[in-house]
Amino acid sequence: MELSRLQRRAENEWWIAPYGKMRVPAVIYASESLMREMDEKVYEQVTNVAMLPGIVKASYAMPDAHWGYGFPIGGVAAFDAEKGGVISAGGVGFDISCGVRTLLTGLSLADISVKKQQLADALFHSIPAGVGSRGKLSLNEKEMNAMLTGGAKWAVGRGFGIREDLERVEEEGCIPAARPDEVSDRAKKRQREEMGTLGSGNHYLEVQHVAKIFDEKIAAAFEIQHGDVVLSIHCGSRGLGHQIGTEFLTRMAAAAAQYGIELPDRDLACAPIYSPVGEAYLGAMRAAINCALANRQIITHLARQAFSEIFPKAELPLLYDVSHNTCKVEEHELKGKPVRLFIHRKGATRAFGPGHPAVPEALRALGQPVLIGGTMGTASYILCGTEKGMELAFGSACHGAGRSMSRHQALRQWRGSEVVQNLAGHGILIRSRSMRGIAEEAPGAYKDVNAVVEAADRVGLARTVARLEPVICIKG
Amino acid sequence: MLECRWELLPHGADIGVRGIGSSKEEAFEQAAVALTAVITDPNSVAAKDIVEVTCDAHDDELLLVNWLNALIYEMATRKMLFSRFEVFIDQGSLRGKAWGEAIDENKHELGVEVKGATCTELKVAQDQEGGWLAQCIVDV
Repeated sequence: MELSRLQRRAENEWWIAPYGKMRVPAVIYASESLMREMDEKVYEQVTNVAMLPGIVKASYAMPDAHWGYGFPIGGVAAFDAEKGGVISAGGVGFDISCGVRTLLTGLSLADISVKKQQLADALFHSIPAGVGSRGKLSLNEKEMNAMLTGGAKWAVGRGFGIREDLERVEEEGCIPAARPDEVSDRAKKRQREEMGTLGSGNHYLEVQHVAKIFDEKIAAAFEIQHGDVVLSIHCGSRGLGHQIGTEFLTRMAAAAAQYGIELPDRDLACAPIYSPVGEAYLGAMRAAINCALANRQIITHLARQAFSEIFPKAELPLLYDVSHNTCKVEEHELKGKPVRLFIHRKGATRAFGPGHPAVPEALRALGQPVLIGGTMGTASYILCGTEKGMELAFGSACHGAGRSMSRHQALRQWRGSEVVQNLAGHGILIRSRSMRGIAEEAPGAYKDVNAVVEAADRVGLARTVARLEPVICIKG
Repeated sequence: MLECRWELLPHGADIGVRGIGSSKEEAFEQAAVALTAVITDPNSVAAKDIVEVTCDAHDDELLLVNWLNALIYEMATRKMLFSRFEVFIDQGSLRGKAWGEAIDENKHELGVEVKGATCTELKVAQDQEGGWLAQCIVDV
């Protein structure tokens, strides 16, 4: 990105003052080197978002921001419904409530080292992954609606996991006011065989070890220490979310015209929050959030079963579950007053600071765990929400590394088998049905996740707690 | 006569599909082949079974998005891949046929599934020589 058009307010804080039709400034949080590598399109998209009706404070981009459709990926924007605020399907993304959950295993790297191959095979056989894979359960209409209303809570009620898991999921595993009746039959049909599947692309299930602790006190509260083995799952709402995103993008384009909302880009399609289409999307999107939470809960259960085949005594309690493609109603302080806002986070993680009532009681004094996914060859991170982050970007942080190279280019540069072999040399076992998928997801095709996390930490969006490195990766 | 063909467009996180043909219909058909190419090599997909889809839109560009989304839906729910397409467009209404077969991971080298077509880089246009182009970014 050409930096001369931005005003550098602090080391990692870049401002675009309102011009033209912008209603608020745009702010990008990133280091100078991340900014230089950042796509020019992020400038355009973060600026476009600032033009939408009812936007509050600023249009934000996180350190891992890149070119999305409509909103940038890594975009955060808050809207006030009372001031004509809008909701946008492109501001949430197609993979509604895609996110990361991390489970503790109580095992150390030394404990699993001799049984790594068996564990990798057991996980690979238990978790359906990749293009066209089918889940092990098929939901009839009644169960589908119950799942869309109940989320992870529904899944636990059906025997997938334990009640304690729910305390460690955002919204305690179930977002209220979901409207299964606003989810089309096509979206439900697309989901029928996809419950408990990982998907493809950048989605994964990983066994990781804690390679470094940055904050001993918070790590102790999160019950992680150096050398521990954890298990992380990255996936979303599968076909149901994708279909809802697809359908509402078109419906909202028509609605925007009807309400006289001028769109600088068609993918910014949105509707007033208080409008039939806006309310329909909210209800459907919340159902998709529940679908994603249920999906990760089912995969958790499958992973625990696989783990117990190899380590019968292992228990895998949930550390936390975050979603990074959502729009949620939250109360934030504006000019000293609490205001109810609709916070869009697209490729951005909620990162509530200490004392926030939404943070599980056991962790409330410290802040919310923020789980950042990496690539199969590099690292993932555990961060913690901060008080400063609540002011910087409505309690939001980055979500991952972000690609630096297209899939096409990656495919030309690497062979899947070479990537697998190379990672094996570093002690990382890959299991996948698709060598092409592995090549497209080669670690070299991603930005440096370390730099992204460092920037998020330095600017104060969240505080780094631990770095996780992969041991086993199940790829879609 | 312009030779019809398809291309994939580089994009940071996602990927673009482009169809080129001597008519709008041909460009739409080729864009659909490019859509398959995102997932697997279209040459590895046998044109065995036929699926028919219809869609409509107020303009050509949204019609392309709807056509690709209709195919994405059929692929996802039937667990199929397509390699041959036939498109008829009449005043904003599209009738399409897609020939393909069930996904077979032993036969098809699978990359990534497509979530949906977007309006980013969306373009349906005719050039000065009369050739047609149809393209957009798809979310993967």
